[in-house]
Amino acid sequence: MDKKLKETILNPILKGNPITVLVLGICSALAVTVQLKGALVMALSVTLVTGLSSLVCSLLRNTIPMRVRIIVQLVVVAMMVILVDQILKAGEGTYAIDKQLSVYIGLIITNCIVMGRIEAFALGNKPGPSLLDGLANGVGYGLILIIVAFFRELLGSGTLLGFQVLPNAYVPNNLVILPPFALILLGCIIWVQRAFDKDLQEK
Amino acid sequence: MNTNSNVYTVVYTTVIVVIVAAVLAFVASNLGPAQDANAKAETLRQMMSAARIRPTEELYKAKNADILRIYSENIEDAITIGLDGRQNGTLSVSEGNIELVDRLKPQNKGIKDGGDVTLPVYRFKGGISVIPVYGAGLWGPIWGYIAFGPDCKTIEGAYFDHESETPGLGAKIKDEPWFREKFSGKQVDFTSAPYFNLSKNAEAGGSADAVDAITGATMTSKGLDDALNVWLGAYANYMNSAAAAAAEEETTNNAEEE
Repeated sequence: MDKKLKETILNPILKGNPITVLVLGICSALAVTVQLKGALVMALSVTLVTGLSSLVCSLLRNTIPMRVRIIVQLVVVAMMVILVDQILKAGEGTYAIDKQLSVYIGLIITNCIVMGRIEAFALGNKPGPSLLDGLANGVGYGLILIIVAFFRELLGSGTLLGFQVLPNAYVPNNLVILPPFALILLGCIIWVQRAFDKDLQEK
Repeated sequence: MNTNSNVYTVVYTTVIVVIVAAVLAFVASNLGPAQDANAKAETLRQMMSAARIRPTEELYKAKNADILRIYSENIEDAITIGLDGRQNGTLSVSEGNIELVDRLKPQNKGIKDGGDVTLPVYRFKGGISVIPVYGAGLWGPIWGYIAFGPDCKTIEGAYFDHESETPGLGAKIKDEPWFREKFSGKQVDFTSAPYFNLSKNAEAGGSADAVDAITGATMTSKGLDDALNVWLGAYANYMNSAAAAAAEEETTNNAEEE
């Protein structure tokens, strides 16, 4: 049991990472990784949404009519996303970040990771493990987002979290700021991960 | 129990939706005031940054309550005007009554249709008038605040914001202080259109109302150029009569001194 629990937590972060292995949630990974601050808030928001949605859907799993289960899941996920958005908008410190992330907070609803984990895990498992599975997947997603955002902000703006890191002599690279570079960076991360983890290599 | 029967499905979905709606309504009504306060403080920050009441960084570090205090200390009065330049209303200063960004969209439509509009003018101490501009960028709305000096021609400062322009390109209108700095000191001739020129190599022409567009942000720059011309045009009548009044006051003062 202990081993299974460890597996639930570690698998989504490493061997079953939603972005680099399952290749889900790519769209938002390209969109919100220009600056580290935005990526951090996005990572936290997605983690909360996947965790809480999985928990609620797992609690409801024996009562949901199979024919409308996707719709019921969507309603739960949408509620969580709106809650996160409303809370971000209400905080004095988070208002500016919410404005910066604009539509992407709302688009967490369509993030395949959230629905994917509910379908694949929460509907067949107890609430405790489902919550952990959701949170762990959010962390796995957020980790990649933060790595990508780190390089994009550093090379694209010469700053980290808004503070200047690289000297003025460095000319920010505009390609880094554009979404295609996030894809290149993701490719590199996938490459590095597969080089170290032989199990992930396709024969 | 048969969870797949029609009756169960209908009742179940209804109950779920009602519960979710109740939760969201409860949260929205509780957080509403805090969200409104944030939106209002944000607009005040942008206006006061344009009017150079305080440095932009200081305004963005200040708490909402301090922003309201700074605003009430520095504002003289706030009025609304029509396209003919005549005053058609007042905005309460004590309550920090201001037109938020979502109010500018219908105004923008009103200007283009030549219909009834109530365009706000915020008059700060020292003869500074702040007016909004609003238009379409590449991905969504862009807007800003322009502060004019006592002569109603010279731009004291400007602040621009956007909803979803490309970070690093179009978003520079907000993110790069050098862009808004370029506007200060420019002279707008309200007597004839075009009122402002934001385009490639515009500054090389040497005219007093020109600013270079941003490289790589053609659509955002074009949108901002349109927004400036439409909105400055809408205020032209008001600005011309205000400029005349200011000039007259100047001569009277001079005459009295002699």
